[in-house]
Amino acid sequence: MPESKKNAVALNQTDATNSNEDVLRIGQHQFSSRLIMGTGRYNSFEQMQETHEAGETQCVTIAVRREKLNDSSGRNILDFIDLDRYVLLPNTAGTYDAKTAVRCAQMGREILCNLGNPGANWVKLEVLGDSRTLLPDPFELLKATQQLVADGFEVLCYTNDDPITARRLKDAGATAVMPAASPIGSGLGIINTNNLNIILDDLKRDDPSYPVIIDAGIGTASDAAIAMEMGFDAVLLNSAVALADCPAGMARAMNLAVQAGRFAGKSGRIPKSRYGSASSPDVGVISKRRQN
Amino acid sequence: MIEVTINDSPKTIAVDQTIAALLAELKIESPAIAVEINQQLKPRNTFDTTIINAGDAIEIVTLVGGG
Repeated sequence: MPESKKNAVALNQTDATNSNEDVLRIGQHQFSSRLIMGTGRYNSFEQMQETHEAGETQCVTIAVRREKLNDSSGRNILDFIDLDRYVLLPNTAGTYDAKTAVRCAQMGREILCNLGNPGANWVKLEVLGDSRTLLPDPFELLKATQQLVADGFEVLCYTNDDPITARRLKDAGATAVMPAASPIGSGLGIINTNNLNIILDDLKRDDPSYPVIIDAGIGTASDAAIAMEMGFDAVLLNSAVALADCPAGMARAMNLAVQAGRFAGKSGRIPKSRYGSASSPDVGVISKRRQN
Repeated sequence: MIEVTINDSPKTIAVDQTIAALLAELKIESPAIAVEINQQLKPRNTFDTTIINAGDAIEIVTLVGGG
């Protein structure tokens, strides 16, 4: 039996029948949900809260920004995120060089330590190279990864779909590599399937449990399902739900799509064939067979 | 009085003010903040003892929504 089929059978007997067995492990964190959600671009904190609940996520990413010194609203996003329920994943979004990204990560860690949230030890590292495309600067990203790993962080690297960059990041000690499906917020879905498959093959070849997560560019639920079928361990998204006509509805769809894609990918799809293959037996048909 | 910058904006504050006193003056009570002085992170347990000097560049950050 081919190795892939053996794996599919084994997973059928465990994961596909008992989802509690199928745990996402990223560094020292474990989740039953494989959907990581953002906290930005919602119309209101209430809408964000409702959307997180609908997505049944257990981990949300959050940005570090300057305190508004004259903000009289008194409303804080943390009043709408249950810290006993969600692990926070601080990110370095909006940084353009390694030095600033490292500072941003350290400030995020300091805040989460003060809050007592288990997310203090990790960071979603994002070092951008261009404000129009929001694509990462791989050179600064690698430098920041090396520094943060040395500083004790579990580093989840937002990167592009280049397999060589992904390999370099893993070799530098990244806890997870998170290639973009397409540019942040673009909603274009998965553009370079071949490169992403190479990344999966390479990073998981001798290390199948190494987390590789699709981050950015998801447009709708089928994009998330395809990513999971390909073998990604999780999907991280924000705009696809926050900017949907009904964010909570799209979050529910994403949750189901991630689960469906996970089960489908692990259960082993049938080979593709150019020709048809009847599901009913050939024997006993009351008609003569016709073939062109 | 001394001149400093807070989040890139100039501000005049009292001499020998600690980070804790500055935060109180700014009415920042949330635990969800971090403070840097001259790009050096200052842990919360140093807020009561760290004195701000003339010319210091102070960053006060918090968590906001993002993806």
